[in-house]
Amino acid sequence: MLRYQNIFTQVQLRAGPEMGIPLPHGHDDRIGKPDLHYWLGKVGAAQLGPIYLGWTGLASILFFFLAFEIVGLNMMASVDWNPIQFVRQLPWLALEPPGPQWGFTLFVPLAEGGWWQIAGFCLTMSVLLWWVRTYRRARALGMGTHVAWAFLSAIFLMVVIGFIRPLLMGSWSESVPFGIFPHLDWTAAFSIRYGNLFYNPFHALSITFLYGSTLLFAMHGATVLATARYGSEREIEQVTDRGTAFERGALFWRWTMGFNATAESIHRWAWWFAVLTTLTGGIGILLTGTVVDNWYLWAQQHGYAPSYPDTGVADPAGLGSVGQ
Amino acid sequence: MKRILITAALATGTLALSACELAPKTSIQNGYRGTGMNTIKVAATAAAEEVPDPPYAPPGTEGERAGAVYQNLQVLGDVSVDQFNYTMAALTEWVSPAEGCNYCHNPANMASDEVYTKVVARRMIQMNQALNANWSDHVGNTGVTCWTCHRGEPVPEESWTMPVAKRGGIVGNRRGQNEPVSNAAYSSLPTTAVARYLLGGSTPNEDIRVVSKTSRPTPYHTVGTMETEENYGLMMHISQALGVNCTYCHNSQSFQTWASSNPPRATAWYGVRMVRDINSQYITPLASVFPANRKGEMGDPYKVNCTTCHRGQNKPLGGYPMVKDYPVLRSGGANVAPAPAATPPAEGLPIASARPPSRKVAVR
Repeated sequence: MLRYQNIFTQVQLRAGPEMGIPLPHGHDDRIGKPDLHYWLGKVGAAQLGPIYLGWTGLASILFFFLAFEIVGLNMMASVDWNPIQFVRQLPWLALEPPGPQWGFTLFVPLAEGGWWQIAGFCLTMSVLLWWVRTYRRARALGMGTHVAWAFLSAIFLMVVIGFIRPLLMGSWSESVPFGIFPHLDWTAAFSIRYGNLFYNPFHALSITFLYGSTLLFAMHGATVLATARYGSEREIEQVTDRGTAFERGALFWRWTMGFNATAESIHRWAWWFAVLTTLTGGIGILLTGTVVDNWYLWAQQHGYAPSYPDTGVADPAGLGSVGQ
Repeated sequence: MKRILITAALATGTLALSACELAPKTSIQNGYRGTGMNTIKVAATAAAEEVPDPPYAPPGTEGERAGAVYQNLQVLGDVSVDQFNYTMAALTEWVSPAEGCNYCHNPANMASDEVYTKVVARRMIQMNQALNANWSDHVGNTGVTCWTCHRGEPVPEESWTMPVAKRGGIVGNRRGQNEPVSNAAYSSLPTTAVARYLLGGSTPNEDIRVVSKTSRPTPYHTVGTMETEENYGLMMHISQALGVNCTYCHNSQSFQTWASSNPPRATAWYGVRMVRDINSQYITPLASVFPANRKGEMGDPYKVNCTTCHRGQNKPLGGYPMVKDYPVLRSGGANVAPAPAATPPAEGLPIASARPPSRKVAVR
């Protein structure tokens, strides 16, 4: 029977699990009994585990659990511990940062935002420890540390929103609540307050890289899949040969748009686009309220906000007393 | 077959979770091209409004004055007897069609003020006249009548009272938001927005402005993101009350700039002041007159917001100029001295005190 096979539909081997190379002295053991799962094999490797936890992984999980519980239990308490209301109102519920009256006070009473501070601290510790883990595991495997630095770019944006910018603004209330709708409303309110984030050039760059990332991912993924019938997953051994999957993919883009990335450079493109999304986004947030207070006016001063015909509507506040 | 079923199930789930409005819609451009300024009307919500016909053919203004015939006419004494009776008949139909005259009057002594609703009704007639006389910036020549709010109910269906202060606790402090209530347009925005901006009270001309007027930060404008959420909550209330989106009034390029806004923004600006006037000058002072079952949990009377009149329409009652048939409700507003409440307002009434200070959340 004819079967279509590539990396995504590989034959699932049923054998003893692959335990990996022994770890150097001083590293914890990998834990968990590996298992083979048919459905996992449909979307990736069928083998689940073993996993390297280590102290960074363990501490990271603990901190995340603490943050998750603080947020979740506060949400639960805000509906008087009613599980039905918790489910119904979940998208609305949130843990709010301290109000403006607290400024950047380090220890705000729990009910007034102290829980938010603790949850934010725990979540930050969790991702930082996970970052250490990605760095150390990459080193342990003799890899480069590209994953860790890309991850750090995302952490940068998170810490800018939750800590650095509130510090510079002198108020925790500038930060974002933990909640589904509330964090979206915060985003909109943030843009409204600072005169339309649309005119923040770093916001524009961030969106460019974000959309660019999805475009590159789609182009790259599609190219690899489209050439899978020629074994494109074995690209390295194909680079030097003619008529291979790799060459066809490259020629497709050269003949479609003149330029083609290489098997190596496409991944640099993607990496930089992803990294720059959160890096430029973080810079844009960092400048908002600290350096620029109204991005629309700023853009007008710098000649790139379009102006439209005056509608002739005047500010009624300047037109004398009302209702008299 | 299995694949079709799975696809159908996924599609159903996606549709069920989406907020698709399936009714036919029309979109009308209401701003400069390319700005995305459109008014979208959903056909289903454009149902014809019921405006009741006058109780009978409107009478003339000639003849004896009502004040010479009836006793204790503090408000409508200077209109003709025919006009007076006509207005009373209409008012009964608008406000207490089921209960009739006796909802306000003691049938044995129609002049008596012993029924509290009569005291309230007198003040409301003054209010109605004042709104038509003084607030043409908002109500235009269309005007308002009792029906605009009451719609056949003694207590208008759409009203609000001061949010209840939440019991203290170490966890679960919602901080006055994140609760789907109508005054916040069922968003997670602060539930205090309407109470903060529409109560009137000590600063009736307070501006609702959060956007900076300078491109760079200055010490003169320190409103933060959290306070902006209150402003945003009020705007969502207005949007929902009027059944319009942001671009009905604003060019979203710059919400702040008046020169790029549409004329309805100015109308709304006066509307906010008008509602403050209604609540602070007419309704809140009646707190001592209303019985407990006509007050909210904080002991304040049911108050007015944009929905009270608008009910999802940018012009209440589809803009029908109902007041043309009721000239009594047009006149006199500016000349009438404020009618005293039956008793002076009780002490500790939430007029100024219940209004949250701008930087603290005192009430929920």
